[in-house]
Amino acid sequence: MSSIIVSLKRKQIAEFIEKEKRLDGRGLLDYREIVVEPGVIERAEGSARVLLGKTEVLAGVKIGIGKPYADTPNEGVLTVNAELVPLASPTFDPGPPKENAIELARVVDRGIRESKVLDFKKLCIIPSKKVLVVFVDVYVLNHDGNLIDASALAALAALLNTKMFNYEVEGDEVKIKSDLTQLPVRKHPIAVTFAKIGDKLIVDPWLEEEQIIDARLTVTTDDDGNICAMQKGGNGYFTPKEVLKAVKTAREKAKEIRKKLKW
Amino acid sequence: MSTFFEKRQLVTPGDMLAEGTYVAGENTYKKDDKIYASRLGLVEYKDKMVNVVALKAFYIPKLGDTVIGVIVEVGFNGWTVDIHSPYLAVLRASEVLSRPFRPQENDLSKVLNAGDLVIAKIIAYDRSHDPRLTVGEPGLGKITRGQIVKITPTKIPRVIGRNGSMVSMIKQETGSHIILGQNGLVLITGKTLENEQLAIMAIQKIENESHISGLTDRIAQAIKKEKAKQKEEVKNESKT
Amino acid sequence: MSQKHEKLIDKKGLRLDGRKPEELRSVQIEVGILPNADGSAYIQQGKNKILAGVYGPRELHPKHLALPDRTVLRCRYHMAPFSVQERKSPAPSRREIELSKVIRESLEPSIFLEYYPRTGIDLFIEVLQADGGTRCASITAASLALADAGIPMQDLVAACAAGKIDDIVVLDLMDTEDKIGSADVPVALMPNLNAITLLQMDGILTFEEFEKAVNLALEGCRKIHAMQKEALKTKYVNVKEVEE
Repeated sequence: MSSIIVSLKRKQIAEFIEKEKRLDGRGLLDYREIVVEPGVIERAEGSARVLLGKTEVLAGVKIGIGKPYADTPNEGVLTVNAELVPLASPTFDPGPPKENAIELARVVDRGIRESKVLDFKKLCIIPSKKVLVVFVDVYVLNHDGNLIDASALAALAALLNTKMFNYEVEGDEVKIKSDLTQLPVRKHPIAVTFAKIGDKLIVDPWLEEEQIIDARLTVTTDDDGNICAMQKGGNGYFTPKEVLKAVKTAREKAKEIRKKLKW
Repeated sequence: MSTFFEKRQLVTPGDMLAEGTYVAGENTYKKDDKIYASRLGLVEYKDKMVNVVALKAFYIPKLGDTVIGVIVEVGFNGWTVDIHSPYLAVLRASEVLSRPFRPQENDLSKVLNAGDLVIAKIIAYDRSHDPRLTVGEPGLGKITRGQIVKITPTKIPRVIGRNGSMVSMIKQETGSHIILGQNGLVLITGKTLENEQLAIMAIQKIENESHISGLTDRIAQAIKKEKAKQKEEVKNESKT
Repeated sequence: MSQKHEKLIDKKGLRLDGRKPEELRSVQIEVGILPNADGSAYIQQGKNKILAGVYGPRELHPKHLALPDRTVLRCRYHMAPFSVQERKSPAPSRREIELSKVIRESLEPSIFLEYYPRTGIDLFIEVLQADGGTRCASITAASLALADAGIPMQDLVAACAAGKIDDIVVLDLMDTEDKIGSADVPVALMPNLNAITLLQMDGILTFEEFEKAVNLALEGCRKIHAMQKEALKTKYVNVKEVEE
């Protein structure tokens, strides 16, 4: 449940957006400032801290050796988890992840998985027995809206920062060597989230906007402009026209972000 | 300006019923000059008013309605009553016990206990408060005998019929007393169990077939048929 | 993703179950099949067998979840342990929790939630057998269950997926197509208002392919909507036929 927002503010935000303006001075299709700081957690194989305005997300990558899934015996495993850390917002409760955290993790996961950021076949050590397991843990440290885009950026930045141990296979044994190599990252999927307020679409809603939106739509696109993941949320709707417009805009926005971050 | 269905045609939620200067009545809504159905039911156009008579709905309390409910909780200073509505109703002890009652001395469960049925009237209700009941009028109070049938509340007017014609016919033909709760619960008390069964059959038939024309005749015939069958059974039993 | 890439479309352009690319699986819908529920529906779409039951609006428990200005819709999408090849643990998976949320959000826009403040509506969906596209079939059935419960709504919600297999955009993917295919786009629509209430996508599609897939899925939703209306009316028309 979103916390109560003062009705006066609600009216103000809606009126501004109707006039194609936003309270923080942005245009409807402008992102807040994006800051990416890789390698902030030395213990992790890869990590990154992302600031999207005041929204702050930390992502860490750990790599382990585990068993493959039965239906993909010669492929490595990717696991994305998200924690809405209680210190980040009065609306986050401690305890096991609830639907918002689970949805967040699964949307980030789909973007990485479907755009084939990782070559899962290369993460196989011994087919059906041993594969590399890539754990991406997303930690929301401050909630000021648009957690999906910030988390997707943090997860990708952490993967780009990941150095993996080398290993040798002797029979059924895996020997871990002391030197490290870069985890190959093949694509740069960017999630772009739209919010619908009245009949206007805006990108990168901040918290107060998020609390009054009718619906949101996340579109994740890869370097070639292909669409690799989408998710509609919220208890409103989009028209088919709005969807196509959002997808087109998402491709442009993703390109801009990639350029800005030199990805 | 146009309408898109025949009178009394079956419509489903979202069906566009009319366009132009029409007024949205029951179970319809208006959006950009168009009127749509919000429930499954039979559409009715009366002058400029568009209504849908819902085939299935639940009871929303209305001031002054007579309802039949079940006591579900005996509290400290009153009872909680299930009136088959999204909201539980409250019957305060002061409505039942005329003298000022003392919670320490009066055992409310001796007056009305969980599971007891009451006929009551709604004396207060709004969006932010649960409905409040009274039983302090003639005809209201605890139900001590008879049987209860539950039907969808939108069918109560059909059970009543035009100027009460349907319900008087059933009363006459079945020799039963019938009290209709606006919330869809109906109390039937007859001289015999057979009489009550007849009335129950008739009311259930109304619920299932009220959207088909010629209802009163069909119900009257069904009662006669059932009566004959009952007589036959009695005869057969006395023979053996 | 599989080791050997099976052909999903044969030389004649037909799919594994003999369907053409733009063809729906066979759909049977029945309304009002659970005697205890306030509203219910059952759908078979291909080998999918799904039940939806609605209780409410009723007093919400626990009470502190109630909202002063609207009904709270709660939704549980759940798969029976025997609904899939490998037994599924009955405990709710992360997938089921996510689907419960997106299904709820696909239905909320259709309901006049503000009519009954402080109450709750519980929607239970049980997938008895799964064959791909369960979230869409669930939404189709759930919307009917809500209508059957007499809950006032703006429109029915009909859902259908489109996707890409063997480089061709197709309608209504079954399990094998979903697993081997390269993209899946589930869509839910309020047909009379032309409003999309569920939209997800995974896989890889170009913009042109996506546009085609969405339009195909919307077409599927409209076909399913016609079947929904039939099913809803049939429940009441049947009585008449018995009589005459």
